[in-house]
Amino acid sequence: MLGSAIVVFRETLEAALIVAIVMGASRGVAERGRWVGGGIALGVAGAVVVALFAGALANAFEGRGQDLFNAAVLLAAVAMLAWHNVWMSSHARTHVAQMHDLGHDVRVGLKPLSAMLAVTALAVLREGAETVLFLYGMWAGGGARTELALGGVAGLAAGALVGVLLYFGLLRIPLRHFFTATGLIVLLLAAGLAAGAAGYLTQAGALPAISEQVWDSSGLLSVDSFPGRILHILVGYRDRPTGIELIFYVVTFATIAALMRIIRARAVRVARLEAKAASAA
Amino acid sequence: MSLLRRALAVLAMTTFALTTSAQDLPTFEIAMKDGRFSPERLEVPTGKRLKLVLKNEGRTPAEFENLSMRVEKVLAPGVTSFVVLHNLRPGEYRFVDEFHPQGGSVTLIAK
Repeated sequence: MLGSAIVVFRETLEAALIVAIVMGASRGVAERGRWVGGGIALGVAGAVVVALFAGALANAFEGRGQDLFNAAVLLAAVAMLAWHNVWMSSHARTHVAQMHDLGHDVRVGLKPLSAMLAVTALAVLREGAETVLFLYGMWAGGGARTELALGGVAGLAAGALVGVLLYFGLLRIPLRHFFTATGLIVLLLAAGLAAGAAGYLTQAGALPAISEQVWDSSGLLSVDSFPGRILHILVGYRDRPTGIELIFYVVTFATIAALMRIIRARAVRVARLEAKAASAA
Repeated sequence: MSLLRRALAVLAMTTFALTTSAQDLPTFEIAMKDGRFSPERLEVPTGKRLKLVLKNEGRTPAEFENLSMRVEKVLAPGVTSFVVLHNLRPGEYRFVDEFHPQGGSVTLIAK
């Protein structure tokens, strides 16, 4: 039982942490629970489909199907996180003000909600497909089924628990700094996922590694350790990064940060003009 | 116009190189069978790209993995796939089957 619990825990951990961040970053948005829940349901359904066609996927594109699929899913998630962050950078100020004034959730329209749905669905899809393949394959392979089912449930529960802990940890950040903090977390998450996509593409032989090992900090903090794994998911930590991963990380980080800055500056300018027009009238 | 054409030619050549190169690499086979690896030790050259062809001969799924190197490949029973490793430095690299935590491993000895 313990064996399958550990496997399922490790597979679900990443999706659980990403969902926790999405829930945090969309704090105060009305009906976000339903949207994120819908994303999880879509992701699970997609995972079952992907697992069913795993053999065909693995053989597609001369054996690179799985890697290309994973890279595509990761890059799509990066795009959605970027969109969310850029949108928030122009709306966070009014969002916080409304949460203060009204004392309840705010309606912000469909834009960030659909991005959240997509990020959740993509995270669950990728990790979920491996979990489904593992559980179904072990089941069909004739393992001890009761133990497998119990282990699956225990692993899933443990993964979800870590996600819940992260979410409540995020909520302890004061509201004033809250969206600045979640914005930074989402930025680091997106950069890490982009580096992950680079990893899959080098594994498939579709991208050069450029430098096979820029540094080695495995003695200091190994990605095999629990804290190393958590940091790997949250901020994209690697103990032996390749050059191409580092490039993907830095370029993604810089691009999203620049977009956020530009959009925020424009929002401030518009707000100033409106204030001036209002005082003149 | 000629610049554009040259750029397109370079792009086409790169695409061609990327799509064909994986087939010409030095290739090593590793079989996995419900948590057991064969071989369990394998000597490989350093400083060049190489291709590990992975076969899942077991009745259960497998995940060929080394987290530090971000190698992760899920294989359903009966599936054959591959991963490309880039320019290994001299040393030992251990890969496990994440779906069989109590199972064995294969160690690549790069020299």
